Amino acid sequence: MRDSTPTVGSPAELARALDATGYLADDGVAMAAFLAIRMGRPLFCEGEPGTGKTSLATALSEAFDLPLIRLQCHEGIDAAQALYDWDFPRQLLHLRTLEAASTGLLEADTVERSLYTERFLLARPLLRALTEAPCVLLVDEIDRADDEFEAFLLQVLDENAVTIPELGEVRAATPPLVVLTSNRTREVHDALKRRCLYHWLEHPDLAREVAILRRRIPGIGPDLAAQVAHAVHSLREMELLKPPGVAEALDWARALRELDRDVLDAETAAATLGAVLKYREDLERVARAGLDRLLAG
Amino acid sequence: MPAAQGAGDPLVGLAGFAHALAAAGLPVASDAVAAFTRALREVEVGNPEQVYWAGRATLCRGPDDIPRYDSAFAAWFGGTVPARTPRSGELPRRARTAAMTTTNGGDIGGDAPQLRVAADDTEVLRHRNIADLTAAERAHLAELIAALRPRPPARPAIRMRPARRGTVDPRRTVRGMLAAGGEPVRPSLHRKATRPRRMVLLIDVSGSMSPYADALLRFAHVVARGNPGGTEVFSLGTRLTRLSRALRVRDPEVALAAAGRAVPDWAGGTRLGETLRAFLDRWGRRGVARGAVVVIFSDGWERGDPTLLAEQMAQLRRLARTVLWVNPHAGADGYEPVQSGIAAALPFVDRLLAGHSLATLQELLEVARRT
Repeated sequence: MRDSTPTVGSPAELARALDATGYLADDGVAMAAFLAIRMGRPLFCEGEPGTGKTSLATALSEAFDLPLIRLQCHEGIDAAQALYDWDFPRQLLHLRTLEAASTGLLEADTVERSLYTERFLLARPLLRALTEAPCVLLVDEIDRADDEFEAFLLQVLDENAVTIPELGEVRAATPPLVVLTSNRTREVHDALKRRCLYHWLEHPDLAREVAILRRRIPGIGPDLAAQVAHAVHSLREMELLKPPGVAEALDWARALRELDRDVLDAETAAATLGAVLKYREDLERVARAGLDRLLAG
Repeated sequence: MPAAQGAGDPLVGLAGFAHALAAAGLPVASDAVAAFTRALREVEVGNPEQVYWAGRATLCRGPDDIPRYDSAFAAWFGGTVPARTPRSGELPRRARTAAMTTTNGGDIGGDAPQLRVAADDTEVLRHRNIADLTAAERAHLAELIAALRPRPPARPAIRMRPARRGTVDPRRTVRGMLAAGGEPVRPSLHRKATRPRRMVLLIDVSGSMSPYADALLRFAHVVARGNPGGTEVFSLGTRLTRLSRALRVRDPEVALAAAGRAVPDWAGGTRLGETLRAFLDRWGRRGVARGAVVVIFSDGWERGDPTLLAEQMAQLRRLARTVLWVNPHAGADGYEPVQSGIAAALPFVDRLLAGHSLATLQELLEVARRT
């Protein structure tokens, strides 16, 4: 597996491979990821927080037994943080050592060449993805980065190669499988989207969420899983500041398992609601609406 | 029946589908069609569901595109869209044509307006209330607004830039040492650069604000042009409409016409609390308002519940770097912020400014820049 790009015959086959890692993909996700692999295109995932954008990349890396390289984007991220940088302190030290050892026998050109070699190169996620490919490259929350960074990323994604002035071109032997995620805090440039396949992730439906809970929480009973999924779905219907995602549902179920509860009653829910709701206003709103009603649906 | 034609010759079918997409409001670039064709080679073309997903992954670029894609797909391939529950917050907003503002900002006098403009001193116009201007004066004002060159507010960046004072820049220092054959050189210094801070303009387009709407949109266009990546503009009224994309066009008239088409609720009522909540839920909390300078242009007439507005303003206050409220009536003598809306919002506003004239809009830019 390691020496070539992942191969997969059909979306259903991919869904089964993802399933084996505990990621339950619906038809849309399976098809989008399948096409991304087959067409060698980056996959651009958007959707509400907690719908499984980031975990899709993790699941893909697990399913194909490929290393996962993650680039977390933030405001002001630049090439040095994403691609590579030179280890300046070590270069300085090396310079001093050469100086001490040589006593005037050195040629400036040779010294310079010795400084800009791979031993002083600090590979950041993008360069690592190109050199270690095949791998899964997760470019997380691209909407947090600036326009300039998007433009820079475009070049890397287009050519699967980058030029380091002192060393020359580094080209990926096999293109990495790229997953980009965005929470839509800002519109990502069309030029970037054009190069990608697009998928909008929804919260899972009730049956799928129950299945996910049972899959991911060892020892959870079918009743408790259904109760948690149901309550989380009701919460998503309310006008909350932060509707819970799948991650919150999992947290909640885990919290209940830690407390050895097998049913979700109003008392237990009140005690553990902090695992699902993260705003005081939301907690108050749910308390006002009545926990019994939430559980009864 | 169109599906049957499409099955015979795939190219004809594709072209027809592209037409159906354009008719549904989702024009498709040729490279996207190429990607779609390529994707169709990977899927079972006989399986409508697979065709649906292949098209959605290659032809859509955002959640707003998906309902349009769905309707085109249903129209062309005949009602085989896989069932899904659309999220209420992401329903498409159809652009509807709407008149911009009432053109009579005062008297449309028959007596040679050009002469009056020529006589009108620009300096006087700067301080005049926009609502009282004649049509000719408005045209002049539009030019003056277009000539504004606002400097965006700044925030510290992560990047460094060379400077005379600051910390040692190892990269440039090593290069300097190399150039000197390894000898120590005077260390190069660098310090944090600055980047433009995001600005969010929320413009009330309800009936009571309509004398100002045109000027405020022009103002928003100038601000957006000055810092295209870092400006977001929304209209508030009975609903929230994002105008940032429309206002990114260079030509002010084209941009304003596009913005005018996008807003479905010109000169309607105001539900400030609800629209502000829509802004915070869909955009603000996810990052648009975070650390930004948020400017609300409104006279604060609130038809809805003022407690909801107060709640949302408190939220906004916690997200934004600065909240400025611009009320055109605040420039009038004897103005008291007693309207239910503004009274509820005031505790969460950093500054209440007047925005009734060009001079006060310029003052607003200064205040925004210094935050």
